[in-house]
Amino acid sequence: MIEVQDLVKSYNGLEAVRGVTFHVNEGETFGFLGPNGAGKTTTINILCTLLGFNSGTVSVNGYDCRKNPRMVRSSIGLVFQEITLDNQLTAYENLKFHCYMYNMDRKTSEKRIDEILEVVDLKDRRADLVKEFSGGMKRRLEVARGLLHRPRVLFLDEPTLGLDPQTRSHVWEFIGKLKKAEGNTVFMTTHYMDEAEVCDRIAIIDNGRIIALASPEELKMSIHGDTIYIKTADDERAAFEIEEKLGIKARRLDGGLVVITEKGERFIPRLFGALSPGIISVSLKRPSLEDVFIHLTGREIREDLNPGARGRLQGP
Amino acid sequence: MRGAGFRDLEPVERRMFSYKAIYVIVLREFKRFFRQRGRLIVSVARPLLWLFIVGSGFTTLIDVTAGAHYIQFILPGIVGMTILFSSIFSTISVVWDREFGFLREMLVSPVSRVTIVLGKLISGTALSVFQGTILLFIAPFIGLDVGVGDFLTMIVLMFIVALSITSLGLFVASFLTSLEGFNVIMNFIVLPMFFLSGALYPIEALPGPIRAFSFINPLAYGVDSFKHILLPGQGRLAAELPLTFDIIFVSLFAVAMTVLTGLVFEKKK
Repeated sequence: MIEVQDLVKSYNGLEAVRGVTFHVNEGETFGFLGPNGAGKTTTINILCTLLGFNSGTVSVNGYDCRKNPRMVRSSIGLVFQEITLDNQLTAYENLKFHCYMYNMDRKTSEKRIDEILEVVDLKDRRADLVKEFSGGMKRRLEVARGLLHRPRVLFLDEPTLGLDPQTRSHVWEFIGKLKKAEGNTVFMTTHYMDEAEVCDRIAIIDNGRIIALASPEELKMSIHGDTIYIKTADDERAAFEIEEKLGIKARRLDGGLVVITEKGERFIPRLFGALSPGIISVSLKRPSLEDVFIHLTGREIREDLNPGARGRLQGP
Repeated sequence: MRGAGFRDLEPVERRMFSYKAIYVIVLREFKRFFRQRGRLIVSVARPLLWLFIVGSGFTTLIDVTAGAHYIQFILPGIVGMTILFSSIFSTISVVWDREFGFLREMLVSPVSRVTIVLGKLISGTALSVFQGTILLFIAPFIGLDVGVGDFLTMIVLMFIVALSITSLGLFVASFLTSLEGFNVIMNFIVLPMFFLSGALYPIEALPGPIRAFSFINPLAYGVDSFKHILLPGQGRLAAELPLTFDIIFVSLFAVAMTVLTGLVFEKKK
């Protein structure tokens, strides 16, 4: 659905996007994760043809973003970072404006507006002015508007920016619900790690480059596996047995043992079979995307600052 | 690759103009206008204040033998002023839309930039003509005889004048990014245009170097054309140029500005 090859974009000599390549499959939820200023919004604006670029090729829905921008625009929906509703119009009027801009006829528009207001739970507010809406309601209305014309790809640029945590999860619930109902491809950007979890695949972007691209599961597995905390009646003996029978080193920590392993949930049953001292407690912590991100960008930043520094920092 | 349920997009979106989009852009501007009570009140009150305070004040000073009472003389100018203010300040919506993000909603839609410009142009023009028309109903009360034919001619003339000034406003507004900037720049344009339009005194009365500016002022030709209809007399206060000349100048100005604005919008993203 989206093909990006060696995309480069610079503003006044500063490179915001430095050679990005990726593709997004039909029906996929694809996320761009990265800190502010990493090049996420620049990329989304290029994909939506609101911004030109220096080199590379970009196509959306089979249309070239440079040669055929209006065809690209008619086949996508976009929810912007900032609110772009007209406060002095009602919810219904904002949606109707959108329908007519996308050349939908009156009958289809009415049907579609009813349908979509139902999904985002704003049906009883359709005749109210948008200026009376809360931040979360405005967001929901914007997401609804982005989907009115049945775009094949929906772009979400930091769709929950500036919302409180409760409203954020509420908005995601709606996006999930909408995606299920409409079956679009979704391309989103975020700098909230937990939100990226909803994606099928994530590209982690930093300093205008993609530094990792995989499913959230794969990304998390790529660092150090799960962490398992074990407490037993005799930790010393348990540590010996784990190393002897299971071939994994256990570290002692705060009156217990710590084991780092891939697929921790499979390791725990084996643990019960192997240990002779009584087990008091076992807990498992999966790595979060936050861990992945810090791991990857931390290394990247050190390399950027001083290429020789890495070895010294790790030390003997 | 196209899933069921997705519209076939090919034929429609390649068009240069989308009439539906123009319609809905105009509809939005009208709704906004009538929802902003302040704007509505000012648009009616301002010309009345000028007419009855400035107009009646000067009427006592100026010789009636000049061709008309002063309050009658300034009616065409006040109609011109109403159109000037209304047209120029309707284009604030471009800056407003930019500042509050709504412009992006329009720019990311498949309609052409020219369509957006036309929508803004038509709405600004129509709102101006609407406000000017209200003012025409004052004419009988200050002793001017305006027949149905004159009334209709005035609407056509007001339309052309409003078009030229709205297009000028859009052209300037397309370069502005803040509402403060808009107010500063537009006041610099609006006030000289008004004072050099022949609205308050005949252009003939201006000293030579200043009068030169009137020659490029579309409002001066507009007000002159209104005088042809509203003040058909031959005195010093009557129209100064042939009506056809007025119409040609204003029309050419409108076309040139519209094309320029379209080009600017097409280039900017």
